[in-house]
Amino acid sequence: MAETLEFEEPIAVFLKEIDALAAMPRTDARDREIDGLRRRIESVRGELYRSLTPWQRVLVARHPSRPGLEDFIQRLFTGFSEIHGDRRFADDHAIMTGFANYKGQPVLLVGHVKGGDTKEKIFRNFGYARPEGYRKALRAMRIAEKFSRPIIVFVDTPAAYPGIESEERGVAEAIAVNLRDMMMLDTPIIVIISGEGGSGGALGIAVGDRVLMQEFAIYSVIPPEGCAAILWRDPAKKVEAAEALKLTAPDLMKAGIIDGIVREPIGGAHTDPAAAAEIVDEALAQTLAEVSALGSGARLAARYDKFRNMGRLGIDFIDTRSS
Amino acid sequence: MAWFKKTRKPMAAAVKEKPSRVPEGLWVKCPGCAQVIYNKDLAANVSVCPKCGHHFRLTAAERLRMLFDGAWMEFDKDLVSTDPLVFTDTKPYKSRLQAGIESTGLKDAVIVASGAIDGIETMVASMEYGFIGGSMGVVVGEKIARGIERAIDARMPVVIVCCSGGARMMEGALSLMQMAKICGALARLDRARLPFISVLTDPTTGGVTASFAMLGDLNIAEPKALIGFAGPRVIEQTIRQTLPQGFQRSEFLLEKGMLDLVVDRRELKMAIANALRFMGATASAAPSPEPPVPVAIETAPQA
Ligand SMILES: [Zn+2]
Repeated sequence: MAETLEFEEPIAVFLKEIDALAAMPRTDARDREIDGLRRRIESVRGELYRSLTPWQRVLVARHPSRPGLEDFIQRLFTGFSEIHGDRRFADDHAIMTGFANYKGQPVLLVGHVKGGDTKEKIFRNFGYARPEGYRKALRAMRIAEKFSRPIIVFVDTPAAYPGIESEERGVAEAIAVNLRDMMMLDTPIIVIISGEGGSGGALGIAVGDRVLMQEFAIYSVIPPEGCAAILWRDPAKKVEAAEALKLTAPDLMKAGIIDGIVREPIGGAHTDPAAAAEIVDEALAQTLAEVSALGSGARLAARYDKFRNMGRLGIDFIDTRSS
Repeated sequence: MAWFKKTRKPMAAAVKEKPSRVPEGLWVKCPGCAQVIYNKDLAANVSVCPKCGHHFRLTAAERLRMLFDGAWMEFDKDLVSTDPLVFTDTKPYKSRLQAGIESTGLKDAVIVASGAIDGIETMVASMEYGFIGGSMGVVVGEKIARGIERAIDARMPVVIVCCSGGARMMEGALSLMQMAKICGALARLDRARLPFISVLTDPTTGGVTASFAMLGDLNIAEPKALIGFAGPRVIEQTIRQTLPQGFQRSEFLLEKGMLDLVVDRRELKMAIANALRFMGATASAAPSPEPPVPVAIETAPQA
């Protein structure tokens, strides 16, 4: 049975009924009943997903079956060849980099990986990258720059790993260097926030010419739980915090932080990964063509301006002297 | 560029300055050595305990007074956040802003100003911890980015004195993006071959550490400052053990290779000036050398 989220309780009930029916001997009446239940699931799902609250979006973005980098590699790219290691300390498993072909064109893929089953989740450190991940990503991106290959980034991480070794080996420095150097990397960079955009851990590989975001992904300065613990002094206020942080795709589009929203199938990408990937494909192909058409100087200037303009459009602050 | 040439009267350092972090009264007990110190002695010693060297926190203005030879010119002092998210937690962000404005006399958590450091004209951004924990929102991001762009235009070195808990949650992802914005400006400063010295003071954490604080040509810290990405409590919760003594302090970061030097505040100004001279800056003249290729510089808008 598919995993359902807490707010999908009505769907879970129908799914249980279907399971029970499926265990019975097959008759036309039984099949008709199952079909009926499936249609009701679709309609309930449609209703739920048309008006998700920010907190519900957080849950969808974190769904254990949400398709991530590995799924996109399978569906949209050919000839993926992973490259490992930061040539300094280790190979981080929470960020994956590699060469691939996209519609016949060589590209560099970079992205977080959270892992599927428990064993793999542990191997991937649940998508929490250590400094080596950010350094590996930059090393790979420099190769792409040298050989004029576009870079496609998939972002899905709760945060950079908050552990002793992360601090010892300078996770802050690793992220900072990426922010500075990605701004100047002379090759197209397309970023897709595909799941959780977890603060600096996300941004550390998310400076690009275009930043797209899947419909139910989130992108936030702090996880709602952390924000609730600090500002409300009560982690249970995560729902309120998710609301206040304006971390949904429509909110971020309005704030000028992302350049486009990539639609998802009703019920979220995890309910139909193939359809989800197809929509990503369309957006990616179009965006890559747009960015590739720009000359290097214009592209870099536009990339700078895009981030430079975040929070200065006259809506985010005022100059009390001139007003 | 008109916006830059428009001369404003250099502002006198002492005007409207808020009282120092050194508690009011005649005497103060040092948290470092428990000695009772005469406040005047402390003030005369740039708020460093004369007995044990404990560094009391400075306000942004005190910091500028300590670094600059004399008067400085402040930029963009009237930028104020509009509360872009209309954020409310247990109280409205607007009232937190108002409280910060009232207690510090500043409009947000940074002062950006140019002045002379041992004769070297320098652009300095000095963060104010008293303003919502020195947190970085759109105003801090904009002021620092403008400061860096002005420094590029005027071929001036940049010093940023960090004192911040990180990105400002109440401005959401907009505050996160200030990290990229400032780092982008620093990338241009770097291409223009102009010096950037990052001064890390207690505390420097979160999104400030993971952006400009770590990108100095030199990263200089004051002794025993808390410097890190994740907060100590978050790390303890993650690894479920207590952290070793001195973890995330300046001396720890120096040992781990993340800092160039740890300098006592009483020697900080000269350490910065010496480094700037190594980097080609000279007294009352623009630092050389010229960049190898002309650098495209975006024109900052009229504020
Ligand atoms: Zn003392």
